[in-house]
Amino acid sequence: MTAGDTHQAIEAIFRIERARLIAGLARVVRDVDRAEELAQDALVIALSEWPRTGAPANPGAWLMTTAKRRAIDAIRRDRMRERKHEEIARELDGGLDGAAEVIDAAMDDDLGDELLGLIFTACHPVLSADARAALTLRVIGGLTTDEIARAFLSSEATIAQRIVRAKKTIGKAALSFETPRGGERAARLASVLEVVYLIFNEGYAATAGDDPIRPGLCLEAQRLGRILAGLTPEDAEVFGLLALMEIQASRLSARIGPDGALVPLSEQTRARWDQLLIRRGLDALARAEALGGDGPYALQAALAACHARAPSWADTDWPRIAALYDRLRAVTPSPVVDLNRAIAHSMAFGPEAGLRNYAPLPAARGDFLFRAGRRAEARREFEAAAKLTRNAREAAFLLARAGACD
Amino acid sequence: MRVMVLVKATEDSETGAMDPAWTAEMMAAMGRFNDELRNAGILLMADGLTPSAQGKRIAFDGPGRTVIDGPFAETRELVAGFWLWDVKDMDEAVAWVKRCPNPMPGPSEIEIRPLN
Repeated sequence: MTAGDTHQAIEAIFRIERARLIAGLARVVRDVDRAEELAQDALVIALSEWPRTGAPANPGAWLMTTAKRRAIDAIRRDRMRERKHEEIARELDGGLDGAAEVIDAAMDDDLGDELLGLIFTACHPVLSADARAALTLRVIGGLTTDEIARAFLSSEATIAQRIVRAKKTIGKAALSFETPRGGERAARLASVLEVVYLIFNEGYAATAGDDPIRPGLCLEAQRLGRILAGLTPEDAEVFGLLALMEIQASRLSARIGPDGALVPLSEQTRARWDQLLIRRGLDALARAEALGGDGPYALQAALAACHARAPSWADTDWPRIAALYDRLRAVTPSPVVDLNRAIAHSMAFGPEAGLRNYAPLPAARGDFLFRAGRRAEARREFEAAAKLTRNAREAAFLLARAGACD
Repeated sequence: MRVMVLVKATEDSETGAMDPAWTAEMMAAMGRFNDELRNAGILLMADGLTPSAQGKRIAFDGPGRTVIDGPFAETRELVAGFWLWDVKDMDEAVAWVKRCPNPMPGPSEIEIRPLN
């Protein structure tokens, strides 16, 4: 590389390295805030040196070494403050080299694993979903607090405070910044995927006239999903979520009409669907299914894929969609799934099938009415649903819900 | 933003006459580079092209269509391979291309073109 790299070019290099840099440093100093500061310090030094020397051949390693040196200097200063002068001399001869070796060893760990560890930490269940999303966008996505605030229709002060609190919570909980293993891993991974999909949906909910940073959240989430897929090649649900996001994103431009209104799936011009994203989504889904994917994300991706493959709304594989909703309902029961399942069954087997003997439809209606405060109507729907179901346990559940309406 | 990253052809890539040892080493380095792109979440698609001797061009002139067989003469304007990336801006794309191993034994060029 040549001397005279501009600040803009150096900052672009830094952006590529930033998340991994913070990940490596956080594992050593056990403090996200401090790791961010150290990374920033390394950037400042690069900005003063690289225009003269040219960017190093391995800028990531250079930035890491520089930040590491700053960390060691800080440790040295702390010890100076804590101890008497005569002790410092001895310390410098022995103990400090030990500290440097510990840091060196930690830095030599696989960088990908460190990044994954940071993602798991930023998405730790000890934090609220909102805090996880903000912190992840900050430390992994590299968004500023202002950008995150605009993306979530919030104020910069609120987001800044949310991130500060999240960092403190992580510090108090003394999290290790490591990738969880064994039984803990599945639950922690679910927490990560929840955050990624939350970010995606926030972007997907953006409407015309919104700050363009909002739809950009879809891209941030897709990028996170792709990073996760690269780092955890054996997790079916990671590929399930990636497939779901890629396929949903393929319809982003088709779902907004010329008047800015949302266009439902049945009315969309399918020629406007992004075929590259569909292909990527189908590839990711195939990977999820090969890994035995039968979780909520893989199932939702399989549903999205049915639409992506169909030449038209009418020519959609409705029996398969109905079967997938049956499965999804067993895995994650919810009124929305019930409602969609009812629609799928009516599309697959005729509207009579949807209307007749079909408990989920009034059950879902009952749930909506209940939450709307229309208790008497809700009770009638739950009772109707209870009569329609042939499952005794479900009938008892529905009658209990009817009873709760009084 | 999406960018197409085009590896421009050279006399070597057009004739296909490259040292197997050099090719093996370059492919290994390119594999590592592609892994990095994938782990950074920016790689959408990548592929190499065969020499233009195996390509065809269709020339349009009003209603006329004439098929021209390769190879094509203007070597430096030909494409030998491509990536499709999803990056935040051109600066990021440039920073990534600078890390790419030289895809050719001699001097070569990679061109970045943003998609519409």
